[in-house]
Amino acid sequence: MATTFKPETEAQVLDAVRWAVSEASPLELVGTGTKRALGRPMQAENTLDLSALAGISLYEPEELILGAGPGTPLAEIEVALAAENQMLPFEPMDFGPLFGHAVGLGTIGGVFSCNLSGPRRIKAGAARDHLLGFRSVTGRGDVVKSGGRVVKNVTGYDLSKLVCGAHGTLAALTEVTFKVLPAPEKTRTVLVFGATGETAIEAMSAAMNSPHEVASTAHLPAEVAARSAVGYVSGAGGAVTAVRVEGVGPSVEHRCSALRDALAKFGAIEELHGHNSATFWREVRDASLLAEPRDRHIWRLSVAPSESWRIAERLHAAGEVMHFHDWAGGLIWAAVAPTFTAETVRAAVGPNGGHATLVRAPADIRAAAQVFEPQSGPLGSLSARVKASFDPERVLNPGRMYPGV
Amino acid sequence: MRMPEPDRDVMAQRAAIIENLRAIAPNGVIAEDDEMRVYESDGLSAYRTLPMVVVLPETTAQVAAILKYCGEAGIKVVPRGAGTSLSGGALPLADGVLLGLGKFNRVLDIDYDNRTVTAQPGVTNLAITHAVQDQGFYYAPDPSSQIACSIGGNIAENSGGVHSLKYGLTTNNVLGIEFVTIDGEVIRIGGKHLDAEGYDLLGLLTGSEGLLGVITEVTVRILQKPSTARAVLVGFEKSEQAGTCVAAVIGAGIIPGGMEMMDNPAINAAEDFINCGYPRDAGALLIVELDGPQVEVDYLIERVREIAEANGATSLRVSQNEAERDAFWAGRKAAFPAVGRISPDYYCMDGTIPRAKLPEILSRMSEWSEEYGLKVANVFHAGDGNLHPLILYDANKPGELEKTEEFGSRILLACVELGGVLTGEHGVGVEKRDLMGAMFNEEDLNQQQRVKCAFDPDGLLNPGKVFPELHRCAELGRMHIHKGQMPFPDIPRF
Repeated sequence: MATTFKPETEAQVLDAVRWAVSEASPLELVGTGTKRALGRPMQAENTLDLSALAGISLYEPEELILGAGPGTPLAEIEVALAAENQMLPFEPMDFGPLFGHAVGLGTIGGVFSCNLSGPRRIKAGAARDHLLGFRSVTGRGDVVKSGGRVVKNVTGYDLSKLVCGAHGTLAALTEVTFKVLPAPEKTRTVLVFGATGETAIEAMSAAMNSPHEVASTAHLPAEVAARSAVGYVSGAGGAVTAVRVEGVGPSVEHRCSALRDALAKFGAIEELHGHNSATFWREVRDASLLAEPRDRHIWRLSVAPSESWRIAERLHAAGEVMHFHDWAGGLIWAAVAPTFTAETVRAAVGPNGGHATLVRAPADIRAAAQVFEPQSGPLGSLSARVKASFDPERVLNPGRMYPGV
Repeated sequence: MRMPEPDRDVMAQRAAIIENLRAIAPNGVIAEDDEMRVYESDGLSAYRTLPMVVVLPETTAQVAAILKYCGEAGIKVVPRGAGTSLSGGALPLADGVLLGLGKFNRVLDIDYDNRTVTAQPGVTNLAITHAVQDQGFYYAPDPSSQIACSIGGNIAENSGGVHSLKYGLTTNNVLGIEFVTIDGEVIRIGGKHLDAEGYDLLGLLTGSEGLLGVITEVTVRILQKPSTARAVLVGFEKSEQAGTCVAAVIGAGIIPGGMEMMDNPAINAAEDFINCGYPRDAGALLIVELDGPQVEVDYLIERVREIAEANGATSLRVSQNEAERDAFWAGRKAAFPAVGRISPDYYCMDGTIPRAKLPEILSRMSEWSEEYGLKVANVFHAGDGNLHPLILYDANKPGELEKTEEFGSRILLACVELGGVLTGEHGVGVEKRDLMGAMFNEEDLNQQQRVKCAFDPDGLLNPGKVFPELHRCAELGRMHIHKGQMPFPDIPRF
């Protein structure tokens, strides 16, 4: 009979994992379950619900660190940070809009396990750049910690990087400690209207190659821009390229004005402030503009920015697609018709490097396709050996990332 | 420091090993003692060992062939970049091949559209910046050895620098690598795109101190140089006040490009050496550098000035031009040689503490300084809590090195006790190897070694570094939980 274990302490997590090892009975790891549809479908009979390991255990704003149980709601952390004018610099996305559930339900453990990073990733780094240390129970049934609570630390292997983005396949996190940053005093977004394809990528590159410390830059083709809740964007009647600038007041005004001048050659210019700017970047972060229609498969492609317009063209040539670019072009979100295969999408990425992840598709598709970029040869075997070093009996989220891992 | 016992069987094969390596890298084998002497130590020069043989390959194919041969023959390999490690990461083994990457010295690709540089691992840190500075770009991590240290070594050690508070460590600035495993497999991870596919092996390899693989190519991100930088030089009567000021600057939401602190002995050593205009009577000195657009820098400089004054600054100067800013930094940058001038030898430590614990660690250090009769000068990456106490000693006095090492160990153990770590940016190497137990218990260390086993099951890559005790992989892999042995867990369930 399927059981959901809901441990309240690390010792109880340990008991559950050790039992799972002794019974050779795999566990599906969940927090609040918002990302359950991410990755390959799981066949684990029992569930390890980590949502009771919740609460902020350490927050020292002047040290720029926060520690919490993995089940702590992201929303709770964001409230605590906002009270001190701080933020999670890597701006993790919320899967609510794409997966069709309410927003604000995810946990911090899920954020790190999936290495979720939003539009500010190009300036501030990814989730993996912020995890300073963790405690966990490995699939061997050992309590293992790594890292610490300080940013400068090279003591031992950086296992924090490994558990970030491991989708719970190596260890069940029981505590995470991460770096936070002051929130910007002011944010503005410069919009460029009408640039498309290669020109849009050039505009974003020009912004990135300026000394104006761009926090994020994204490009929405006309049909995606038309869906925005921000009037300046949806009413543009064409493609919109956006550049976000953050910092102290006088600096933001200065840089915005310099960027307006520098980008004027790419199209008409507008500026978003306050609420409009925040709404726009939330739409980009959560890919919510691609949520409908719900039968579309959603892909997330990380590629070299300069190649990204060609990759988008190849996708469009292969069938019915809506897409937009984040990360100065380097992140492509694509909603493709169900007729697309994983091979078609990965062929579009081409030979110059990058990877594609199937973020949303029905379970049978995700079971049959390679959801994450396939790894073959020596790299594939190495990943399998790394998995085995943490979880030799494959009791933690087996197969979530790759068959056999 | 005890290193693994040299394998006599391997050493007996030395002549044949040299021949086999010559067959792989005809122009790259050094086997004469005199010529190998330069490789006998790295930046931690207290430890020296002549390697069995040195090999300097020129191509990835040669590296792969060398590692495959050594892997199959059971020969230990110590990888070496520029040899500037301060923790003995490149200390040779008497029964090991020293694999130097010095001939991998070419920048391969500069890509301004994607803001990346791809280089061979032997290229120096500073050469990357030099390759792109005419377009206004630079490579952000700036360890103080940047003129000499190699980018491959930076990845092996996850090097930091003065600007890492704002711009991150090496790990935050590397996008891709090519590396070779001990089986001779060539593996590429990452590239010009962001974030790993699958497990983040790039993040794992960064800072792994040459124990997992040999890096043969590196892709890093480059940044546009800030248009302006200005520095504030602030003197305080007590280091506690300087510490409080640092916390207040960050508490105000300001992340300076650099925030460095020096204590009174370091201030005076620097002043004696280059006469840089530091206040000799100050108990502590802060250099706070703001960078960005001029309007931002001018605005933040004023805020830092207000914060410093509110925290009891006894002197305060703001740089008015580049020459003055350079002068503010000159003393800090010369701190190590300056200390070297007033003492026959010095030992540079590298712990990190939560910033708030600064007064406590400083008072403990001055207590121990008296106890051991050894002077200490402190330079400190104040923004991120990374301490560099310099213990002054004389290696020619019998027993003084041992006393210094004991003093140093006590400082590092105190860092851990106060919530910090053994090493912030110099690495564990051989130097801090035997202190690892202070931070990690056996289960933690065993798991790290299991990861090592996934890459190098026979423990041939850089053995004797990082881990205080070496276990066989078969023993580490054994499961202690057996079928049907564990009770159904008595925990909340649904």
